Amino acid sequence: MGTTEITASGRSIGKGLGFRKSLMTLAASVMLATSAQAAGPSTAEVNTTGLAVTDDTVTVGILHSITGTMAISEIGSVQAEKLAIEQINASGGVLGREIKYVQEDGASDWPTFAEKSRKLLRQDDVAAIFGAWTSASRKAILPVIEQYNGMLYYPTFYEGLEQSPNVIYTGQEATQQILAGIDWAVKEKGAKSFYLLGSDYIWPRTSNKIARKHIDKLGLKVVGEEYYPLGHTQFNSVINKIKLKKPDVIFASVVGGSNVAFYKQMKAAGVDFTEEKPLLLTISVTEDEIRGIGGENVEGIYASMKYFQSLDNPNNQEFVAAFKETYGDDMVIGDVTQAAYLGPWLWKAAVEKAGSFDIDKIREVFAGIEFKKAPEGYVRIHENHHLWSKTRIGRAQTDGQYQVVYETEELMEPDPFPEGYQ
Amino acid sequence: MFDGYTSSELMSIFAMQGFAGLSLFSVFVLMAMGLAIIFGQMGVINMAHGEFMILGAYTTYLTSGFFQSYLPSLFGGYFFVAMILAFLICAALGALVEWLMIRRLYHRPLDTLLATWGLSLIMQQAYRSIFGAREVGVELPEWMMGAFQVTDLVELPINGLFVMIIALSIAVGVYLLMYRSGYGKKVRAVVQNRPMAEAVGINSAGIDRATFALGCGIAGIAGAAFTMIGSTGPSSGQAYIVDTFLVVVFGGAQSLIGTIVSAFGISQAQSTMEFFLSGSMAKVLTLLVVVGILMLRPEGLMALKVRR
Repeated sequence: MGTTEITASGRSIGKGLGFRKSLMTLAASVMLATSAQAAGPSTAEVNTTGLAVTDDTVTVGILHSITGTMAISEIGSVQAEKLAIEQINASGGVLGREIKYVQEDGASDWPTFAEKSRKLLRQDDVAAIFGAWTSASRKAILPVIEQYNGMLYYPTFYEGLEQSPNVIYTGQEATQQILAGIDWAVKEKGAKSFYLLGSDYIWPRTSNKIARKHIDKLGLKVVGEEYYPLGHTQFNSVINKIKLKKPDVIFASVVGGSNVAFYKQMKAAGVDFTEEKPLLLTISVTEDEIRGIGGENVEGIYASMKYFQSLDNPNNQEFVAAFKETYGDDMVIGDVTQAAYLGPWLWKAAVEKAGSFDIDKIREVFAGIEFKKAPEGYVRIHENHHLWSKTRIGRAQTDGQYQVVYETEELMEPDPFPEGYQ
Repeated sequence: MFDGYTSSELMSIFAMQGFAGLSLFSVFVLMAMGLAIIFGQMGVINMAHGEFMILGAYTTYLTSGFFQSYLPSLFGGYFFVAMILAFLICAALGALVEWLMIRRLYHRPLDTLLATWGLSLIMQQAYRSIFGAREVGVELPEWMMGAFQVTDLVELPINGLFVMIIALSIAVGVYLLMYRSGYGKKVRAVVQNRPMAEAVGINSAGIDRATFALGCGIAGIAGAAFTMIGSTGPSSGQAYIVDTFLVVVFGGAQSLIGTIVSAFGISQAQSTMEFFLSGSMAKVLTLLVVVGILMLRPEGLMALKVRR
């Protein structure tokens, strides 16, 4: 294609405008032709389904809440996804094509997520969507993305019990986080009794169901299970109950603003987490949340997650440095932010392995896709569209960072439909 | 559920539980007082009440940052400065809002609901643009954290005591202002009969503005106090608004005493039930009881007898 253009334009202009000009045009066209060649396989070949792919660009969608109550959590994900896209572009793009993105705002409103994902898929023909945060927003996108056969890269740790052919779950599903966390508390800390405490919606309730099953299986005791409405700010009664029951471990899945109230009131009630009586193990407080709670209020609590900003490996040091350079030194990176960063990279790896942007072709090659430069170390996509990843236990410090005290030796297998746990 | 506990353990738990109820009570009083003044005395449904509280919280956040950088030696006392600033800033914004918006809507109460709800969205997004979407951590002076050790088992949180003292002083202050001052007399005159009040020379527009500003200012103080027990983020105010209306409506809209009685009833019921049931169930039951009582007494607990 490139060569015919050179001869054609070279000749026609050469006749009328003189030799020098025609030479310049020739040179320019040659340059164009070579750059087009570097762009890799032709568009017709890599895109048979009408996606927004041109000879040198490919368009993807970013769909998070940047306004409304969820903005607090989702903005980190947007930043991570944009950073990954920038880095991929700097290293040559995907199949030689520069990634462009269309960003839409889910506005913390679930129907808006559905509407905007429809817009991204039908109007912008995006090749992938990086987005959603809460399970509710994912469930709103799900029918749309399945109907139009798109692909969503979903970053949050969540309750499991889902496996869509049109979603890649880059965060952990519940068993990966919970089983490892409880096993650690039992083995390393000799925990015998647990108090389960969460916000009142699907994720904490499912998580505690899994936790309770696992604790029963180990022959240990759950001495209390409590849920409080989202946004609840008075925890004095439950703190008294905890004092009365004296559990070895408080297993906490309180989310959002309630966290701030809960930890401040625990501290005010004279509970010093550094004494580990009781020990507090959370699956919901990342470095992001600690910024709002205040490091001095959570010092000594443990979190069970796959990523902490303090992870000591070269990938992560590079990632943290790049993140801070782009967004400022005072940024903190939580578990979900890192998982969001994986999305574009996994998508790129899948596209390159499939040699195509077509969703159906990518889907066939997903199982076994690896990302060795992941800040968390190494991840691989499981057949069930979740990631194999390690689980770590971190201990919160006054500076708002976690110090990693334990990590599983093997990658944890994702198991979104755990038998006997449902 | 009390098997295996000694009676002294139970006694101390009940003592702490009683304290938990009292501190919830003072939180409710603080939340509701500003709204009760605006809603009860002016009939304006201020949906932006929570956002005014958060403005107070952000003021506290900024003050704490200022003291940390410039006056670290006085950090222990910054909270009092923050409360005064919170009052002044919220009252000033309240007066501005009244002048721009509310005064045009006095005869259309349902429109004030929509307008102030819009205002709350604007304020939330403004916080998000100025302070970022993330919650900010307000650092407290050391003396405010921790607990009084009364006995081995009974520990009373200092910040809970502090909130109680603030709530009490504000309640007394508002009472004196409303029932023992010239300003209060004028407010009550305007509430009871606006044309007559104007006829005897009371500047009713000025009274309205001052009352709205006062309510917003008290919301600001409440917001400052709540940095001790809750979160400070752009949409944190939403967490308070439902409980606040619940307390005010249940107490009887035009009665400040009713607000206090209702805050006491709801907080005690809720914290007692929270202890025996799960948190969500306690809330459901509390709401059911409130709905039941409101069906029997639609005007609220302490309705003023007004001629219709």
